Amino acid sequence: MNDARKTILDRLRLAHCPDSTPVKCDDQNDPVDSVLGSDERIDCFINRMRAVRTEVHDASHDSWLDILHGVCQARSLNNLLVSPHTRWGAMIYAEIRRFPALKDYSQTIEDWKPELFTAVDAAVTGAYGGIAETGTVILWPDAHEPRAMSLVPPIHVVLLEKSRIYNSLTEAMRIQNWTLTGMPSNVILLSGPSKSADIEQTMTYGVHGPKELIVILM
Amino acid sequence: MSTEFRSNVAHALKQDAVQTHLRTVVDRLRAHRQGALSDDAAFEQLRNRCEAIRADAIRRLPDLLEQFESNAQRNGIQVHWAETTLQANQIVLGIMQQHRATFLVKGKSMVSEEMGVNAFLQSHGIDCLETDLGEFIVQLADEKPAHIIVPAIHKKRREIARLIHGHFPGLPYNEDIETLAQSVRHFMRDKFRAAPVGLTGVNFMVAETGTLCLVENEGNGRLCSTLPPVHIAVTGIEKVIARLDDLPPLLNLLTRSATGQPITAYVNMINSPRRPDDKDGPDEVHLILLDNGRSRIAGDPELLETLHCIRCGACINHCPVYRQIGGHAYGTVIPGPIGAILEPQKQGFNAAAGELPQASTLCGACAEVCPVRIPIPAIINRLRWESVRKNQQSQNSRPVVPGAGSGRKPLEALIWKIWAWCCTHPGIYNRLTKLATRLRNRLPADMGVWTAVRKAPKPAQATLHEHLRTMNIDHE
Repeated sequence: MNDARKTILDRLRLAHCPDSTPVKCDDQNDPVDSVLGSDERIDCFINRMRAVRTEVHDASHDSWLDILHGVCQARSLNNLLVSPHTRWGAMIYAEIRRFPALKDYSQTIEDWKPELFTAVDAAVTGAYGGIAETGTVILWPDAHEPRAMSLVPPIHVVLLEKSRIYNSLTEAMRIQNWTLTGMPSNVILLSGPSKSADIEQTMTYGVHGPKELIVILM
Repeated sequence: MSTEFRSNVAHALKQDAVQTHLRTVVDRLRAHRQGALSDDAAFEQLRNRCEAIRADAIRRLPDLLEQFESNAQRNGIQVHWAETTLQANQIVLGIMQQHRATFLVKGKSMVSEEMGVNAFLQSHGIDCLETDLGEFIVQLADEKPAHIIVPAIHKKRREIARLIHGHFPGLPYNEDIETLAQSVRHFMRDKFRAAPVGLTGVNFMVAETGTLCLVENEGNGRLCSTLPPVHIAVTGIEKVIARLDDLPPLLNLLTRSATGQPITAYVNMINSPRRPDDKDGPDEVHLILLDNGRSRIAGDPELLETLHCIRCGACINHCPVYRQIGGHAYGTVIPGPIGAILEPQKQGFNAAAGELPQASTLCGACAEVCPVRIPIPAIINRLRWESVRKNQQSQNSRPVVPGAGSGRKPLEALIWKIWAWCCTHPGIYNRLTKLATRLRNRLPADMGVWTAVRKAPKPAQATLHEHLRTMNIDHE
C-alpha cells in the first residue's frame, strides 16, 4: 500500500509540470457574490427555500415558540426530538406542557437506533447560519444536536436567527472563519427536504432523508 | 469492421422507443441548465475562476495530495492509496473482513463503478446494496448506469414500476413516481439501520482542511456516511482542490451545469470520524485514493486537462452522438464526450474503449458547455492521432496512452501519404480534381461501409479552380 503511494506520487512528480506555483485567476471575487441589504437578503433566503418545498416561517424572538407550537399541532406530532442543552432547546423545555412529548438525544446512536428510526416524529435543531443566494441552512452538528437529528426523523424543524443569514457560502465561510476555527466532524449545507429526479427527471420529495423541512426564522 | 463498439451502436440505433425517451429526458436536463444560467457575464467569470482552480489543483497534484493526506490523517481519516482497481477492491475487502461485515450500503459513486466493487465483493460473499434511487433501479435490472448523473435515464416509469413490482411482489403495481420512490424509501430504511459499512464517492477533497465533500439530493449519501460504524469513501486522485475557498464556486458551477439547481439538497462535508463527544457518525472513516492511469495522464501537458473534469455531465447532455446511441453503447463506466477521451486514455487503444475517440462529430458542443472548459474536441483529435501515430518518429513526445500507434494500417498510411503528396503538388492536384469532375457520373454507387447509411458522394461539375476562373478571380 505504501508502495502504491510512493509509485503514484513519484509518477506525478516525474510528470511534466516543473512549475508548481499556483495558477492565478483574475476573477478572484465570487461573481455571484451579490451584496444585498438585510431585508432583501432575508427575502431572497425565504424565496429560495420555498422554491425547494421548504416551509419557512418569518417569525421573531417573541413569536417563534408559538409558531413551533402551531407546527406541532398542525401535524398532530406525538413527540419532538430536541436537546434541552441548547439556548432554544432550553426555552422549549421551559414550556414543556405546550409541546408533544420531548425527547433528548442523550445517548449514542447505537443505544437507541430502533427508536430513532421508528418512534421519532420530528426533530428540532438550531442552525449555524443561512445562505441567501442558494436558500441554504448551515448545520454544525455537535454533542447536543448530533448528525442523525437532521437526517433520520421524517420532519426536521430548523431554528435560524435572521442575523446569521449571509449572502453567499463564501461570505459565511469568511465571516464565521471556517478554516481557522475547527469544524465539527461533519458540516451540512441543507437546501430543502430530500428529493430525487432519478425517474424521468421528475422531482419527487422525501426519498431517503426528511420528507419535510421547516425553517423558523427569528 | 464489426468491433464491440460498432455492434453496440448498431444495437442502440434499433431501440427507437429508448432513443425517443432518452432525447426527452436529455432535453429536460438541458432546459434546466439553460434556465439556471441567466447572467452570461457572471457565468463566464465563474467559469474562469473554476477553470483556474482545477488547473492549479492538477498542476500541483502531488503536493496537494500530500497536504490533503496529512490533514485528513490528523483529523483521524485513514487514507489508502491504490494504483489499480484491483488494489482498491482488495483494500475494501480487507476492511470488510476486518469487521466481519457481509453487507454494505452504497451511495452513488462513479469510481466504485470503475472499480467494479459490487461484482468483486459479491465474488467474496459480500452483498452491496445501491441506495441511490437511480442506481438501485439499475441494480435491480442487473444493468450498468447509462448516465453519470441520472443512472436510470434510459428507463421509463412503466419499466421501473414493473421492475420494482417484480422484485417486491408484496407491493402493488404502481406507476406513480412518488409511490415508487416511497416504496424504495421504505425498503431501504431497515438496510440503513442494519448496515455495518457504508461506501460512498467523493466530489471534492479539500487539501488545506482534509475535508471530504459529497454532493447529493436524496440523503442516501449522508445515511451511508453517518449511520454505519464504518464509512469507506472511494475517489480518484484528481478530485483534490487546494483551499476551502475554492469550494463555493465549484459547487455553484457543478450543480447548475449538472441539473440547473442553484445547490443540491445536501452538501455533506466530512472532516473526521466520530469524536469522543459525538453521539453518532462512523467510528472509522477510510478514504481510498485510486490512480488507475490518472498519474500517467497527468504526464502529458495536453491530455492532463482530462483530469480537470468535475463530472457534471453537461457534455453528455449536449452530445449529438450520446443522444443517438445512449450511455450503454459506449461500453464504459463514463459515457459521452468525457468518456470518449478519458476511457481510451485509461484503458489504452487496444481495449474496446480505444475506439471511442471515433464516437464524435467534432461539433464542439461539449467544449462549449464544459464548466471548466476542457478542450474535448482537441483532445479527441489528439487521441485519434495517438492511435495511429508512428511510435519511433518522435522521441521527444513519448506516448502516454498504452497501445499508441496500434491503429496504424500500412495501406491507410500510404493512401494519406499519397494524398498529402498530391495536395502539395498543384499540377498533379489540379489534374486529379479535374479528372474527378469529369468522371462524376461513373463513380460506384456502392462504396462499402460509407454508403451503407449514406448516399455516395458525387463530385461537382467543375473544380473550384475552374469556377473561380469563370468568375475572373485568378488569384487564390
